[in-house]
Amino acid sequence: MLTLQLRFFARVREELDCAALELPWQAELATLDELQHALAQRGEAWRRVLAQDNLIRAVNHTVADGDTALQPGDEIAFYPPVTGG
Amino acid sequence: MTGARLQAAVQAEPFVAEALQAALLEPAAGAVVTFTGYVRAASDGAAVTALELEHYPGMTERSLLSILQQASSRWPLLAATVVHRVGWLPLGEPIVWVGSCASHRGDAFAACEFVMDYLKTDAPFWKKEHGPDGARWVESRATDAQRARRW
Repeated sequence: MLTLQLRFFARVREELDCAALELPWQAELATLDELQHALAQRGEAWRRVLAQDNLIRAVNHTVADGDTALQPGDEIAFYPPVTGG
Repeated sequence: MTGARLQAAVQAEPFVAEALQAALLEPAAGAVVTFTGYVRAASDGAAVTALELEHYPGMTERSLLSILQQASSRWPLLAATVVHRVGWLPLGEPIVWVGSCASHRGDAFAACEFVMDYLKTDAPFWKKEHGPDGARWVESRATDAQRARRW
């Protein structure tokens, strides 16, 4: 099956109570912004977390912007600003 | 310079700084600069007894190597290493080790600091502080972004 693999980290993972999600790939989720908009419909926590303006998004392990086109099999991650070191 | 020996590792286990430094040394080296970051006792006035370090497996390693490659393209390095720990790290434990090896100290100093500054803004690690008042995620600092931007 053609899917998108979603990953969530740190505060975002906790607030969504979700570390990973697999979605069927569909033409309507053509870009990262469209995927994010669709995810925000999943409930109040999703709407709130995905509206945070410091949210970082990565596609296939590279930080990406909202216009990034999504392909079947892509791994997409949502996470807060990093704090390592 | 191309051909610098670059190594990045993410691990739960402690590292042995002396062994990492010895492995970094090249015959042409005139300078090795190293940095070790530790879990400190207090953060913004709140007591800290341990850190919990989360990361994004797969992306983390790629991100660290990319930072080392950027450093290597900016300064003539002979070798550079970064080791970052994850998991549960009690007060006083080492978190991160960066070493740079070059013919001259200026390049080694600059590269080491550059790697740490970029690691703090780009590499997907997240710290959660644990203390007597409970647990809280560490917030990113504007000063860290400023430090990275100056390069």
